[in-house]
Amino acid sequence: MEKATKKYWPLFVLPTLGAFIIGFVIPFAEGIWLSFCKFTTVNNAQWVGFGNYSKIWLDNTFTQAFAFTALFTVVTTILINVLAFAVALLLTRGIRGTNMFRTVFFMPNLIGGIVLGYIWQTLLNSLLMLLEKPLLTLDARYGFWGLVVLMCWQQIGYMMIIYVAGLQNVPLELLEASHIDGATPAQTLFKIKIPMVMPSITICTFLTLTNSFKLFDQNLSLTGGEPAHASEMLALNIYNSFYARAGAQWKGIGQAKAMVFFLLVVIIALIQLRLTRAKEVQQ
Amino acid sequence: MKKTMAILLALTMMALAFGCTPATPAPPTAPPASPSTPSEEPPKAPEAQGSVYYLNFKPEQDEQWQALAAAYTAETGVPVTVVTAASGTYETTLTSEMAKSEAPTLFQVNGPVGLANWKDYCYDLSGSAVYGELTSDDFALKEGNTVYGIAYVIETYGIIANTALLQKAGYKVADIKNFASLKSIAEDITARKADLGFSAFSSAGMDPSSDWRFKTHLANLPIYYEYKADNIGDTAAIKGTYLDNYKAIWDLYINNSTVSPKELAAKTGNDAVSEFVNNEAVFYQNGTWAYNDVKALGDENLYMIPIYIGAEGEENQGLCTGSENYWCVSKNAPEENIKATLDFMNWVVTSETGTTALANEMGFVCPFKAAKPSANPFVTIASEYIANGKTSVAWCFSTMPSEEWKNGVGSALTAYAAGTGKWDKVVSAFVEGWAAEYNLNRA
Repeated sequence: MEKATKKYWPLFVLPTLGAFIIGFVIPFAEGIWLSFCKFTTVNNAQWVGFGNYSKIWLDNTFTQAFAFTALFTVVTTILINVLAFAVALLLTRGIRGTNMFRTVFFMPNLIGGIVLGYIWQTLLNSLLMLLEKPLLTLDARYGFWGLVVLMCWQQIGYMMIIYVAGLQNVPLELLEASHIDGATPAQTLFKIKIPMVMPSITICTFLTLTNSFKLFDQNLSLTGGEPAHASEMLALNIYNSFYARAGAQWKGIGQAKAMVFFLLVVIIALIQLRLTRAKEVQQ
Repeated sequence: MKKTMAILLALTMMALAFGCTPATPAPPTAPPASPSTPSEEPPKAPEAQGSVYYLNFKPEQDEQWQALAAAYTAETGVPVTVVTAASGTYETTLTSEMAKSEAPTLFQVNGPVGLANWKDYCYDLSGSAVYGELTSDDFALKEGNTVYGIAYVIETYGIIANTALLQKAGYKVADIKNFASLKSIAEDITARKADLGFSAFSSAGMDPSSDWRFKTHLANLPIYYEYKADNIGDTAAIKGTYLDNYKAIWDLYINNSTVSPKELAAKTGNDAVSEFVNNEAVFYQNGTWAYNDVKALGDENLYMIPIYIGAEGEENQGLCTGSENYWCVSKNAPEENIKATLDFMNWVVTSETGTTALANEMGFVCPFKAAKPSANPFVTIASEYIANGKTSVAWCFSTMPSEEWKNGVGSALTAYAAGTGKWDKVVSAFVEGWAAEYNLNRA
C-alpha cells in the first residue's frame, strides 16, 4: 500500500493542487499586488505603493464595520456552538424520529445566503410591523439581532451534525465507567463528553468564527448595511468601497481593506485554533 | 485490484478538477456566456471583419436589443452580442467584463461622475458619424474637444397621475399648477380617503428597488433650483438652499400615502406599481420608462405632472428631462471591432429598422437627427409641456458626487419617514455628505 502511495502520489495531489493554484493562489497573489495599485479593471493596474493602505481609514466606515463585525462574531460563535451542541446532545439520546430531526435541522444550510436574507427580511419585518417597532433597516440593533437569528438558524444544523459525530465517538466504556462511579449527568457532560469532543469543538468554533467574520451575502440582503452603514460588516464595507464611490482610486483602497481584513481573519483564527487545540485530549 | 481502483479514483478526480478549471483562463473565442446572449451563431464572417459586444444597461429593453442585434447581423453579417446586466449590477458587471479578453466594445456610463471611473477606457467619438447625428452638443459627454460619450435616450420623469381617480375626487389635472394646489388636493384626498377608497400617493418605498426615485430623482429638484439660482452646473459643496422645499414634498408624499410612513422602509418598487395600477393611489412618481408598468390603466387615464416643490416661478416648471445613458466605445478593443461598433451605432440611429425599434419597440426619445417620434404617451405629454412654454428641469443628479452620497440621503430620508431620525440628518447627509464625498472622490 505504501509503495503504491509513493508511486501514485502525483496522481492524487496534482489535480487538487492545480485547482488550488488556479482558483486560490494566483488570485490571492494578484490581490496582494492590486492592493498596491490604482486600477479600474484588474488587467490595467498602476503601481501606487502604500498609498492605498494609508487611505483605509479615510472614509470613517472601516472601524465602525470592524466593531460591528467583531461583536457579531462573538455573539454568533457562542450562540451557534452552545445551541448546536445542546441539539446534538438531545439528538444522540435515541429519541424517536432522531434522523428526521437531524435532517430537518440541517436543511437551512442548503439554502443560499442571499435567498435566506430576503426571506428573513420579510419575516422579521412583518413581526416588527406587528409589534409597531422600527423595521430592520431603520435600527441597527434590530439589524444586528436579525442577522444573529438568521445565522443561528442557518448554521446550527450544520454544526449539530459535526457535534453528533463527535458525541457518537465518545467511548462507551468511559461513559459506563463514569456511571458506575456515580457521576452526575452534569459531571459526565463536563468531565467526559466535552473533553472528548474537543476536536469537534475546535472545528466548529473555527467554522463559525470565520464564517461570521467573513459574512457577506446575508448582510447584503438582510440589512444592506442600513441605517447609514450602522449594520455594515467588513466584507460589505469592502464591497461598498469598490462600487459605491466614484473614482478609480477606491478600487485600490477597497483591495487594501481586503488585505487588512484577510490578516485579521488569519490572526483571529490562529489564536482560536491554538486556544481550543490546547484543550484537546488524546483518546 | 487496489491499484486499478486507485487509478480509477485518481482519474475521476482529475476529470472533476479539470472539468471545472477552463472557466478561469477565459477562452478567447466565445463571447461571455450569459442567459441573454443570442443563441443563434452569426454566419461566419470574412476575415478582419469586426464584431460588436454591447453591454446593455436597461433590463426592460433587453429583448428589443437582442432582436435589433439579430436584425443587424442578418443584414450585414457582422456579429453583435448583446448582454444585459441585471438591474442594479451594471457597474459590477462592467468592471468584470472589461477585464476579459473579449471585453464589451460598447458600454455606457451615467454621466460625468460615472465617466470618472471609465474615462481611460473611452474612445474619442469626436470624429465619428454617430456623433454627427446628435441634434445638439448638449447630449455629448465632452471634456475639451474629446467626446467620451453620447446620450442615446432622453427620458422624462414627474408625477404620473391617474386622471380617472383624480376626477372621482372632484379634480382635474389642470387644477394642479404649483405646490400649494398639489398639496391641498392631496390633503383633501387623504381627508376623504375612507369615502373615496384610494389615497393620494402610492407608497414612497425606500427598499433599494424604489429608493432611487427619492434619493436621486426627487433630490434632483432642490439641486436644480440651487444650481439655477447660483447659475452653476455643478459644485464641490452644495448649500442646500432648497432643502425646506425638499422636506415639504417629502412630507407630502409620506403623509398622504397608501401606507403608514413607518412601513416605507420595506416597501418596494413593485408595491408602488401595484397600488397605482390597482387604483389605490392617484399619484405615482416615476418616468417615461415606467409606461409599460402602468399602461394597464389605459392611456386616456394617464397623465404626468411636474414635481412641484414650492420654488418661486414653478408655475412655468415642466417635467424633469435629461439623460443618464451615455454610450461609450471601448478604446482598448481591436481596431476592426471599434469600427464595427461605430458602424453599428450609426446604423441603429439612422437606419429605418434601427430608428423604428428605438422609437416604437423601446419607446425611446433619441437625440438623433433621424430619430422617429416615440410611441410612448408620456413622451407626448412631455413635448406638450415644452410646446406650452414650460421649462424642463434638467437632470442635475448626474453631478451627485457618488452612490455613497445617494445612499446617505436615502438612509436619512427613510429614518425621517419612520420617525427614528430627524430632518437635520437629511440636511447633513445632503450638505455635509456632499462635500465629504466630493473630497473623497479626489482622495
